[in-house]
Parts: sequence; C-alpha cells; structure tokens
Amino acid sequence: MSLLFYLIAALTVVGGLAAILLKNTVHCALALTVAFAGLAVMFLELDAQFAGFAQILVYIGAVAILVVFAILLTRNAETPKDGVYSRNWFAGLVIAAGVFAVLGWAVVHSTRVLPHETAMPAVTVLDIGNALMGRYVLPLEIVALLLTAALIGAVIVAMHEKEGAK
Amino acid sequence: MNPLTAYLLVAALLFAIGLAGALTRRNAILVLIGIELMLNAANLNLIAFWRYGPHPEALTGMMFAIFSIAVAAAEAAVGLGLVISIHRHSKTTDLDAMNRMKG
Repeated sequence: MSLLFYLIAALTVVGGLAAILLKNTVHCALALTVAFAGLAVMFLELDAQFAGFAQILVYIGAVAILVVFAILLTRNAETPKDGVYSRNWFAGLVIAAGVFAVLGWAVVHSTRVLPHETAMPAVTVLDIGNALMGRYVLPLEIVALLLTAALIGAVIVAMHEKEGAK
Repeated sequence: MNPLTAYLLVAALLFAIGLAGALTRRNAILVLIGIELMLNAANLNLIAFWRYGPHPEALTGMMFAIFSIAVAAAEAAVGLGLVISIHRHSKTTDLDAMNRMKG
C-alpha cells in the first residue's frame, strides 16, 4: 500500500474520531467534513471518479451544510453543563469495540478468499449514464420518488406549526 | 498487505467510530453524525469490493454506492427535520431527556 493511502486513511479516521469526541458541536460538524473529504479522496484513489465527486457534492456540499444549519437552529453550539456523553456511554463503547473486533477479525482472516484484481477498470461517465438509463432505470426512478417524498416530508415535519391549529 | 484488506479495515474502523458516536453521545445531531459515518463506511466497502472484485465493468458495486449515497442524503434531511421539530416542541436535543412520545 502506498504512503498516500496511509495518509488519507489516517486523515479520515482522525476526522471521524474528532467528529464524535469534540465537545463543541460546530467543531464536530467541521471534523465530519474532513472525514467526508478523506472518504471522497479514497473513492478517487479506487478509480471511482463518479462516486468520489458525488460524495463531495452530496456530503460536503449538502449534508455537512444541513448539519451545521440544524446545530445553529437548535442553539447547540455551546457545550452543555452536564457533559456530552450519555449515561450509559461505557456500554456503547464496549459494543462498538466488539463490533470492530469481529469485523477486523473477519477481514484479516479471510484474505485467502478475497479477490485481488489490480487491473484498472475502464469505466467512463458515459458507461454509468448508460447503465443508469438502461439496466438500473427502475432503481433510479424509485430513488427519485424517495427523494421527492423525503423533501416534502422534511419540510412538513420541520414546518412551523400554527398556534391552536392541531 | 492486500489493498482490499486495507480498505476493509479502514471501513471497519470508521464503522466502529460511527457506532461509538451514535451510542455514546447524548445530542441527537451527534447521533445522526455517527449514523452518517456508518453509512459512509458501508459505501467505502461497496466501492472497494467493486474495484477489486472480478467484474468491475458490470458497475454493480458502483451503482449500489451511488444509490446508497442518495438514500443517505434523504435520511439526513428527514432526520435533521425531526430533530428541529422535537427541539421546537421540548426545547432540547438531549436524547436522555426525550422520554415521552406524547407531544
């Protein structure tokens, strides 16, 4: 593995750790953006240019902004006095460590059956467009419907209620 | 190290970090951040398996990852809308304080 991979992996993991460890919620959102950027660079390194740029557009461009908006709208920027971790944080930590141990054990001990192809796949955006409009047209339409429903649903849920109009 | 193994290990670590965040933080927005990290780790797995799998020209893993990104965006929008709505009702985003289903 190249040095670049280790640098980007370290950046992504540190960003993710900072996103869940920092006390200030706004700093958490910024660290989350760093983790998203690291993942996008990893996608680019894996020759998945379309997914990498979609990751940048959707996550850094939309989801991170949405998270910052939600933090500022709910006035969460200041640190709460009674700590940022929930009462049963230790159980959560143990569960997460156990999940990582099982996943890591499974990955490390299955190297003999994992495929190891190194030829770079020649995939252009034209191929992706053809696949989206051909074989995957039904999932595309379903995702379009889902996004419309989510858009309307999010607006209705977050819409300001009139007093006494329940 | 097999490159696929390295990518899968990074994805597993990121998933565990996201799970730890979702389970230990008390702010609902931070829990959503943890869920986003978990979804991204799954996307990294999909892309890595697509890249090092036997038939990358079939685009299966890439398509799965793209649709997964779209669904995650919808999930984030609805989840943050719910958090804002709950905050308007009860003036808190503390999950330990959210113990009623009645508004």
